[in-house]
Amino acid sequence: MKALLIRELKLSLRSGSGALTGLLFFLAVVAVIPFGVGPDLKLLARIGPAILWIGALLASLLGLDRLFQADREDGSLDLMLIGQDVLSVALLIFIKVLAHWVATVLPLVIAVPVLGLLMNMDGTNIAATALTLLIGTPAISFIGAAGAGIAVSLPRGGLLVSVLILPLVIPVLIFGVAATQDAASSTSGAPFLILSALTLFFAVLGPLAAALAVKGGE
Amino acid sequence: MRLVVDKIAGTRGGNVLFSDISVVLERGQGLIVTGPNGSGKSTLLRIVAGLMRPSAGVVSYEDDQGMVVEACHYLGALNAMKDQLTVRENLAFWAAHLSIENGRQTHGDDAESVRRSPETALEAVRLPHVIDTPFGYLSTGQKRRVAIARLLCVHRPVWLVDEPTSGLDKASEGLFADIAKSYLASGGIVVAATHVDLGLEGLQQLHIGEAP
Repeated sequence: MKALLIRELKLSLRSGSGALTGLLFFLAVVAVIPFGVGPDLKLLARIGPAILWIGALLASLLGLDRLFQADREDGSLDLMLIGQDVLSVALLIFIKVLAHWVATVLPLVIAVPVLGLLMNMDGTNIAATALTLLIGTPAISFIGAAGAGIAVSLPRGGLLVSVLILPLVIPVLIFGVAATQDAASSTSGAPFLILSALTLFFAVLGPLAAALAVKGGE
Repeated sequence: MRLVVDKIAGTRGGNVLFSDISVVLERGQGLIVTGPNGSGKSTLLRIVAGLMRPSAGVVSYEDDQGMVVEACHYLGALNAMKDQLTVRENLAFWAAHLSIENGRQTHGDDAESVRRSPETALEAVRLPHVIDTPFGYLSTGQKRRVAIARLLCVHRPVWLVDEPTSGLDKASEGLFADIAKSYLASGGIVVAATHVDLGLEGLQQLHIGEAP
């Protein structure tokens, strides 16, 4: 398991991987919003958390549908599946998603304080957005893994998969933004708990669904 | 340890490629599968590896206590190595990944003693000098030899090899024959799909597809 985690991290940090594409996309989306919305600082501060969440959501979906594609193309996927039951494959996929999240989504969370300034957000709001992204984005990656599992077992599934998983990530977006606003005005905390629950729920269900799709595609 | 293939049938795209194939291989025995292109050699190997389900019949690996263990090395048409990683990193990853599965050793007996480091495995395929080269920089034949070295990193009782010598020169073909012979002599089981002479004598032969 540790060997797989280290290999995946190495692969995403070496040249030829798309790890930085997501970060650049995120920077581009958030940086152009103020130009489009205009110089209304209050409006920017109000929509800031939502823009950061939408940007992070789209950036982390970029390339996620190809999570297993490289391993399928060079034959590694076959070797990983040999002699494994669905539960051990699900564990392998969990590790792969974890590595993918650390390499491509964690940088987005780290970039939030800088981009928050572009959106005229105050310190509390920036901290709340970074925290909710940290807790909520793993759910997006786990849902995406299920989509990637379907994509790898279909001949040309790429576009279909984006359409398939988008409805599933909408609740994460809703509760992510709600939790951010809730944290800033310090009320109940319920949206944050639901967001955490979504991540835990999909951490189990996503890899399992992906494992079934990958095994069934053979 | 024995490999039992009982009356399996394979299909691809709805067409029946072969049916009613039965083979029993004991320790130290091998099987050469021959047949024209498209006859289903690779499909047969993938079914034996457990990567595809047979449309009929059963494949089972039985060890001495009669238990079913999944313990094969599979060398397919693709090398299963990452271009960005060095040869050492590739081999070390597969050695670690293939030796411990489901949190336990899949092969209890003397497994540690026959596990080889990437260095010794590469020496067996006479490529010790490429160990720190990224895999993507190697030639086709060298890549294949590194993939063969993967089989040596971890001991598994069955090797399933699909055109193992594709891309290899004459000397390296002989090298593979020697490696396979010493593996058979140590009690391994080899199933090879090929259309060239691998230089392995005394193995069972299976021809699928139309008569030659």
